[in-house]
Amino acid sequence: MNRHQSQRAAYGCLWAAASITIVILAIIIMYVLLQGLPYLSLNFLFGRPEAQGREGGIMPAILGTLALGALSLIIAVPLGVGAAVFLTEYTRPSALTTMMRFGTDSLAGVPSIIFGLFGFIFFVTRLNLSWSLLAGSLTLALMVLPTLIRTAEEAIRAVPVSYREVSYGLGASRWQMVRTVVLPNALPGIVTGIILSFGRAVGETAAVIFTAGTALNIPTSVFSPTRTMAVHFYILAVEGISLPMAYATGAVLIVTILIINVAANLFISRGIARTVRR
Amino acid sequence: MKERLIGFLLFLSALVSLASLAVITFFIFEAGLPLIFKVGLGTFLESSAWSPSGKNPQFGIASMILGSVWVTLGAIVVGVPLGLAVAIFSAELAPPRLAAIIRPVIQLLAGIPSVIYGFIGLTILAPLVRTTLGGPGLSVLTAALILGIMILPSIVSISEDALRAVPRAYREGALAVGATPWQTIWRVLVPAARSGIVASIILGMGRALGETMAVIMMLGNALQVPRSPLDSATTLTSNIGLELAYASGAHREALFATGVVLFVLIMVLNMLANVLTGRVVLWRTRLPVSRSIFARLRGRQPAGDRSGS
Amino acid sequence: MSDIKIQIDHFSYTYGDEPPVLRNITLNVRRNSILTIFGPARGGKTTLLRSLNRLTDIDEPGKRQGRILLDGQDIYAPSVDVPSLRRRIGMVFALPVALPMSIFDNIAYGPRLQGVRSPSRLSDLVQFALEAAALWDEVRDRLDSSALALSGGQQQRLSIARVLALEPEVILLDEPTAALDPISTAKIEEALITLKSEYTIVIAPHNVQQAGRVADDAAFFLMGECVEAGPASQLFTVPRDRRTEDYITGRFG
Repeated sequence: MNRHQSQRAAYGCLWAAASITIVILAIIIMYVLLQGLPYLSLNFLFGRPEAQGREGGIMPAILGTLALGALSLIIAVPLGVGAAVFLTEYTRPSALTTMMRFGTDSLAGVPSIIFGLFGFIFFVTRLNLSWSLLAGSLTLALMVLPTLIRTAEEAIRAVPVSYREVSYGLGASRWQMVRTVVLPNALPGIVTGIILSFGRAVGETAAVIFTAGTALNIPTSVFSPTRTMAVHFYILAVEGISLPMAYATGAVLIVTILIINVAANLFISRGIARTVRR
Repeated sequence: MKERLIGFLLFLSALVSLASLAVITFFIFEAGLPLIFKVGLGTFLESSAWSPSGKNPQFGIASMILGSVWVTLGAIVVGVPLGLAVAIFSAELAPPRLAAIIRPVIQLLAGIPSVIYGFIGLTILAPLVRTTLGGPGLSVLTAALILGIMILPSIVSISEDALRAVPRAYREGALAVGATPWQTIWRVLVPAARSGIVASIILGMGRALGETMAVIMMLGNALQVPRSPLDSATTLTSNIGLELAYASGAHREALFATGVVLFVLIMVLNMLANVLTGRVVLWRTRLPVSRSIFARLRGRQPAGDRSGS
Repeated sequence: MSDIKIQIDHFSYTYGDEPPVLRNITLNVRRNSILTIFGPARGGKTTLLRSLNRLTDIDEPGKRQGRILLDGQDIYAPSVDVPSLRRRIGMVFALPVALPMSIFDNIAYGPRLQGVRSPSRLSDLVQFALEAAALWDEVRDRLDSSALALSGGQQQRLSIARVLALEPEVILLDEPTAALDPISTAKIEEALITLKSEYTIVIAPHNVQQAGRVADDAAFFLMGECVEAGPASQLFTVPRDRRTEDYITGRFG
């Protein structure tokens, strides 16, 4: 094979790989949607489940997912943004920041089942929170923390240095500078990180099932156990409770993830539109 | 005064991830190590007898380790060529329009919950494998194929960044001496981006090794050492995921001990990748929003952009 | 009250292991005058200006020797509150920077940091500052629109107005017209000359001509040293030092 033929063959393979990837994604989404959509109804979305989910709706799981995602973000966002502000604005590279970054990087690499084990032994058992919204949210908060820190850091670093100089030059204290210049301008990036973190909370199963439990009821307090859509879907599918209901739940799950990703991208292009005008 | 307090609070927030890593490590080890000492590390790792309850419980995780190894290697075999090809494609030859499609595609692949992947393996792939190749269908092969797709985002985003970071002079130099574009890519760019690519593979291994729910759904969960890719198996993670809900006493300790082994393996992989690339990489395995997006946020082109070459 | 506003006393500044950026500078700034610090690039002008309101604090940390006195008080004394110092000594940068907010909010930014909340007081300050910076007539009808939409010259006058709204005592300008066209430059120079009755101004001009046009006093900086300082009329016509003369007559730089 001469070099021009190998050029052709290689580029053919690259095009094929890219097409295959796109097709795979399309198949996954279309399959779940097409199988699930026929079973979707208002009753399904807003109804309560009956017979372990064999019939009825998934309202408790939807509410559980939203509550768990929201609570974990309420815990994690201040910490994540705070950490990012500290690392970018309050300190210079040192042994300590290297350690902090090591912690963040390593935490990002910890698999979710380990978070599940930890949440189970620490929050559920040791702190006696039992299977609850709070235990699940605390676990998830730790899980999404690295994502939040890193997106916030990137977004903060993208704020022009000149803005900081102007602000300091006009007599801003460090926190005034952060509050009036850095955070407002980093907001689109930070929000993108928050949305993507919410997506992870929605899709997570292993860490949630052992910390928030599997109870199919509408949570009434942070100490109630709950079941998320992903966990509900998993149980329906694996325990063979009802395949149609699994399909329908899967469709809702996929649509949620699609919305989250589109929203995250929208925020990013907003941010770009804002910066381009500068 | 207020300034000081805020600074201190921010410092504490920055300390949280390091502290939680320490606390996680401590509690997993505290819950798991006693059993490893009791059984003996050698027996624990090398025996494949696992009967955690009953009068004479036996704790050997060899078959699960082998299951994990098989599945992880399988995922690498599937995911690396495909991921690397996609990375090269979008870094080097995708027309801007297509590149604009690929980026969100990869982002979405990373965002799809693992239970959905597992479900696809369970309902589409497993029956296909069973009818065409035989065996139970829920098998190492099925799991490896799906995991190969699940680790694509890690591999693509990190390799793509590494490729884009290769200085343009390399490209121009190779093309100038008459190399075809493909020769330039394969003999110059890929070797130059080698450490980033290897890191992406290692991190992909970490993801495959750590994946739990999808594996439970696809692997058949037979407690045996798989003899062929068509055999069913159990992994370190899937065993924890399956048994934790009802385990107690020594059985629960054994699951934490399994977690210790998994944790150590993952940490070794993470550190390897960390050493290979500097530190920018790890967090992005779970967040494949390409760095170029942030470069665009800054209003400038990412390093190594192809325009004009 | 002494005639000297700022006294720079044997001041040196060094980053890391590099040769000093400023060597043993001794220089006085007279009250209500314009001092121009001029010389070729990398002469230490920017570092000196940034040292005067301690913006060097936010750069890579460097080593400092000597003293800078504002009204006789050492600005590097531990008891000094840096934000209030920077409100007394305002800085305008080489590149115009409009913060991504409305024109009004840009000007009101500094006063708001100090806790000024009253809308009438704020709009008085904004009008005063914009008038003093010769920008009022051009923007009076669109104070609420984004400052990013202003032209470069307008943005630089906005930067000056932003500093004036602090009601500072000293204004530092680092090549304020470097990025501007001749017409905008003229407008800014005009504004500066009117401002000196109220303020003490230190400017690192864009070029020698500008230095000659606006300055009362002048100091020639070369490689981190203050080669010569004195009244501008004397320094630009009969420089004492050969290097100053060479630079002014355009033999280098």
